[in-house]
Amino acid sequence: MPERNASVEAFIHLSGVRKVYGEHLAISDASFDVMPGELVSLVGPSGCGKSTLLKILAGLLPHDGGEVRIGSAAHAFDPARDVGMVFQAPLLLKWRRIVENVLLPAEILGLPRRESRERARHLLQLVGLSGYEEKYPYELSGGMQQRAAIARALVHDPKLVLMDEPFGALDALTREKMNLELLRIWKEAGKTIVFVTHGISEAVFLGMRVVVLTAGPARMADNFSVDLPYPRTLDVKTHQRFGEYSRRIYRLLGME
Amino acid sequence: MDSKLGRWTLAVLAHAALILAWYLFVELGKVPKFVMPGPGETLDALLQPNYNWWFNIAVTGTEIFGGYLLALAVGVALALAFTWSKTLEAFFMPLLVSLNMIPKVALGPLIIVWFKYGILPNAMMAFSIAVFPILLTTARGLREIEPELLDLVRSLRGSRWQLFTKIQLPGALPYIFSGMKVGAILAVAGAIVGEFLGSDKGLGYLMLQVQVTLDTPAMFMAVLLITLLGMALYGLVLLLELWLVPKDARVA
Repeated sequence: MPERNASVEAFIHLSGVRKVYGEHLAISDASFDVMPGELVSLVGPSGCGKSTLLKILAGLLPHDGGEVRIGSAAHAFDPARDVGMVFQAPLLLKWRRIVENVLLPAEILGLPRRESRERARHLLQLVGLSGYEEKYPYELSGGMQQRAAIARALVHDPKLVLMDEPFGALDALTREKMNLELLRIWKEAGKTIVFVTHGISEAVFLGMRVVVLTAGPARMADNFSVDLPYPRTLDVKTHQRFGEYSRRIYRLLGME
Repeated sequence: MDSKLGRWTLAVLAHAALILAWYLFVELGKVPKFVMPGPGETLDALLQPNYNWWFNIAVTGTEIFGGYLLALAVGVALALAFTWSKTLEAFFMPLLVSLNMIPKVALGPLIIVWFKYGILPNAMMAFSIAVFPILLTTARGLREIEPELLDLVRSLRGSRWQLFTKIQLPGALPYIFSGMKVGAILAVAGAIVGEFLGSDKGLGYLMLQVQVTLDTPAMFMAVLLITLLGMALYGLVLLLELWLVPKDARVA
């Protein structure tokens, strides 16, 4: 696990980031750092700007104020090649087989075919889908499709993986299972992950750190590290500190 | 009957039954040949060498397939241009919807003025009538892309062309094919109407010629051949769809 350590330069540095849509303030004063290899949860209600923030990190939206810096001297960042994205819907192309779906980013970037294919197969194994390479998406369950989407986000070996409520559409049990899987994949793949969710316990369970955003007005309300040991199992959820962290978020979101 | 073989058997039986009913109606009703010929007399019409069947099939076939292919190319290209430029779409789309309201048959006399008699004006007729459904369904299909998929491609700095070839076009294929099926039927009608309005060759032209001499069997044969041309085009489209579009993605 990467240690948070003052001597290591942050991989992502945000300070005072603002985003305005016309009259509407989507984000204000978002300031936090993400260390290399860290998994950070962004949690908040709908309309808090968490997806907007993710799009800014992906380079899909400009920000209107503040500073966004991704990459450091030790970890160079190429915005075209170093972002992997996972969305709430798997968004697999239904006319492509699973392995071809995973290869999409590699094709767009023009990476060498043979190596990419090998990597795609390896990643499908990593996400627990070996044997499904030649299936079509409709032959897979929702959870399995989302696993394929995670493999697709990793195929071009990006340094940063942005996940926008990736398990939000799954049933509760599958979601728990996918949380455990994600931690395993994160550990093996060693990526920096920014994980957007509106699930409070999901945010605490996954994150090394949790950034809390509130809506109306949109602002960053908290940023704390989660002192619960990895590898985390479902037992963590019964831990006293897990409850404290969750309550801390509930309170910020005005639910207590 | 669920099995594929069973469905095929039924389809063949239905066609055979129609021909049988036709035969019985003509035979038992003692219908005069110039009103309605039987299946045998219709087939006999093929033996008339001065009707130039093969030549006329080739002419009408060229009009249908030529007009149709042009409609396909222009329809898809215009639809693509519209997805690339919102301004272009906002400018041309309402215009095209208005143009689509013109009864294409009414353009016939004009097309003849512009292109003279022959294969070209009739192919233009087939084109003008088939292009709209293809254009409209393709434009719709290309627009159907999920915004997040667009984000995914943009986050990788993918080009417009990559977006089109890898995502939009294959994603729009089911829509394109539904437009192509409608267009196939209309192209046949367009070519024949063109031949009726003014022409010096083709199956439609032949029908007008033999109408004068009341050679009804030849007229029947011409209609049958036109129908077969249409079925060939439609069948090709279906085969292409079967080949290009995975089962799960097809639009019924």
